Amino acid sequence: MLTISNLQASIGEKEILKGINLEVKAGEVHAIMGPNGSGKSTLASVLAGREDYEVTAGSVLFDGKDLLELAPEERAAEGIFLAFQYPVEIPGVSTTNFLRTAMNEIRKYRGQDALDAVQFLKLMKEKMKLVNIDQSLLSRSLNEGFSGGEKKRNEVFQMAMLEPKLAILDETDSGLDIDALRIVAEGVNKLRSPERSTIVVTHYQRLLDYIVPDYVHVLYKGRIVKSGPKELAFELEEKGYDWIKAEVEYQQ
Amino acid sequence: MTPNSQSYTRTSPLKDQLLAAFQVTEERINGESKSAVHQVRRAALQQFDKLGFPTIKHEEWKYANVKNLIQESFELETPSTLSADDLHTLEIPNLSGNILYFVNGRYKPEMSTIVSPASDVQILSFAEALKSQPETINNYFARQADYQENAFTALNTAFAHDGVFIRVPDGNVVEQPIILRYINDAREKKVAAQPRNLIIVGRSANVKIAESYRSLGDMAAFTNVVTEITLAREANVEHYKIQNDTDTAYHIGTTQVHQADNSHFYSATVTLNGGFVRNNLNIVLDGEYCEAYMYGLYIPNGRQFVDNHTLVDHAKPNSYSSELYKGILEEKSTGVFNGKIFVRQDAQKTNAYQSCKNVVLSPEATMNTKPQLEIFADDVKCSHGTTTGMLDDEALFYMRSRGIPRAEAQALLMYAFAQDVLTQIKIEPIREYLSTVVARKLAM
Ligand SMILES: Nc1ncnc2c1ncn2[C@@H]1O[C@H](COP(=O)(O)OP(=O)(O)O)[C@@H](O)[C@H]1O
Ligand SMILES: [Mg+2]
Repeated sequence: MLTISNLQASIGEKEILKGINLEVKAGEVHAIMGPNGSGKSTLASVLAGREDYEVTAGSVLFDGKDLLELAPEERAAEGIFLAFQYPVEIPGVSTTNFLRTAMNEIRKYRGQDALDAVQFLKLMKEKMKLVNIDQSLLSRSLNEGFSGGEKKRNEVFQMAMLEPKLAILDETDSGLDIDALRIVAEGVNKLRSPERSTIVVTHYQRLLDYIVPDYVHVLYKGRIVKSGPKELAFELEEKGYDWIKAEVEYQQ
Repeated sequence: MTPNSQSYTRTSPLKDQLLAAFQVTEERINGESKSAVHQVRRAALQQFDKLGFPTIKHEEWKYANVKNLIQESFELETPSTLSADDLHTLEIPNLSGNILYFVNGRYKPEMSTIVSPASDVQILSFAEALKSQPETINNYFARQADYQENAFTALNTAFAHDGVFIRVPDGNVVEQPIILRYINDAREKKVAAQPRNLIIVGRSANVKIAESYRSLGDMAAFTNVVTEITLAREANVEHYKIQNDTDTAYHIGTTQVHQADNSHFYSATVTLNGGFVRNNLNIVLDGEYCEAYMYGLYIPNGRQFVDNHTLVDHAKPNSYSSELYKGILEEKSTGVFNGKIFVRQDAQKTNAYQSCKNVVLSPEATMNTKPQLEIFADDVKCSHGTTTGMLDDEALFYMRSRGIPRAEAQALLMYAFAQDVLTQIKIEPIREYLSTVVARKLAM
């Protein structure tokens, strides 16, 4: 589904991603871990199409298409979804209105008819139950004055509504208490299917108790320096990142 | 007052034309020329003659350059061939109430509809009122709108012959809105119109009024309007000014408001389009426990110029004023916001708030803001803030990452930005109409 080869990206003069290789197949869940400042959010942003970053080398194929050629909205319509580490406030636009616009734009791109109000509301009701989110939150200006937890839950709600092929969750767990974490994880798990894939960027192993990954990768200084099965996450939890840093330095 | 020579252009084709036109009019109305109103007109003309037109050296006209306007000359009394059919295209959907049409500044009774009973509100043309109630006119006309220092107000006063006269007797609630539609027919000739409106609202009376300005055709059209509104104690007035004019239109207008104790004045000024627009909104809070609300929205594009000058004069204690103006500037347009708040020495316990927020969508668009607070009382709460920024890139990326293309995301953000002002408009068909035009314009 997703093939990242030697991806390098920089911002201004600063090189952040220094050759990422990653293959995500349909139905798989990949966790990306790593110390702060490693480039995890940068990778997520580059995949979603943030224009601040310049891709200096490498390629990304998504379902056989050259992802880097596509505008962010086209990537979304192709089925990529990024749950933001820091969701952005959209004053004056309710989640409902925002999502209806987004869904219908995506449907237009795919040559489908727009959803009518009844269909849309029905879908909303269904997904609201899934992530346990309140109607009142959805009527407010998107993310404006939301608590950290509300923002994250809203991201998962949007993901549930848009049903992406590839969901990238950027630290969706940070700032959540254990109950919220469980709800968010459940939301993600309910969307798991043989056609859908997920990349979970996280700092902590605890999310992976709920969203069990097929693979764990460690991103450090712009490179994936270690990959392994889900047990790697436990090892990181136990030993921290220092041994990885030491290993990397030793190899260099 | 002797005008500073740098601040005014003493001679110009438009001035010459207007001075000559005044003579002609004066001869034609010979019977009326002894009237008190005409004495005011004459004094105003003399003042205009003395001043001339302001230049950009004039502090109040720093950005509003009228040099092109004053080189023009206009048809001043053109009989328009505009038919009721032509007006259909300009209708605002679902709008009902009292709808009055003024074409090239002249009231058109045959195109107008007055539904409110005369016992609730007197609605007549200024020209009729001059004849039927000279007393009232004498008592109120040109009492508030200053023609000593404002050349355009002087000019309008000198040419005050038609417009609307509205009087709401004490205690009356006028249920139906009063919509004043000013149409300039510039399809074949350059036209000028100088409507003069007088609105007198009695004690505890309520009324909703909207002024709308439009020109037809692409010849130059010049509107120079003055609206004087007097609120007696406990009166409630909603006043909307809507401009959806052509790129070849010049609009200069002053709304002069005088409030007595416990009165509420609620206004919104929405400029959708217009080549050159200058709105002055002056409110004197000459009573205690008054409230004044001022909202504004302007969305110029192309080379449009929109200048809003507001002045709130807190003359007595315990009053409240609140102001929110918002602008979206595209292409090579220019916006100006100048908001003055005076708090006089007597006006203790004043609350005055002002905010002006702008989004500049193009590097070639400009916004000039100037808040001016002059506070002479010590126990007051005042705040003001102006912001001018570009579109929020983070918000834009967030929206695009959900599948909303750039142009749609921008339009959605800007529409939401404009809604803060549009939702303040309480005449629903007008709000709907404005929302539609705003959405369409922002989608371009
Ligand atoms: N917009 C930016 N401008 C400058 N530096 C940036 C920007 N975004 C990220 N960086 C830098 O790139 C590196 C990686 O950041 P990030 O991708 O956010 O890391 P992570 O998500 O792994 O914590 C950091 O050193 C960060 O300071
Ligand atoms: Mg990060």
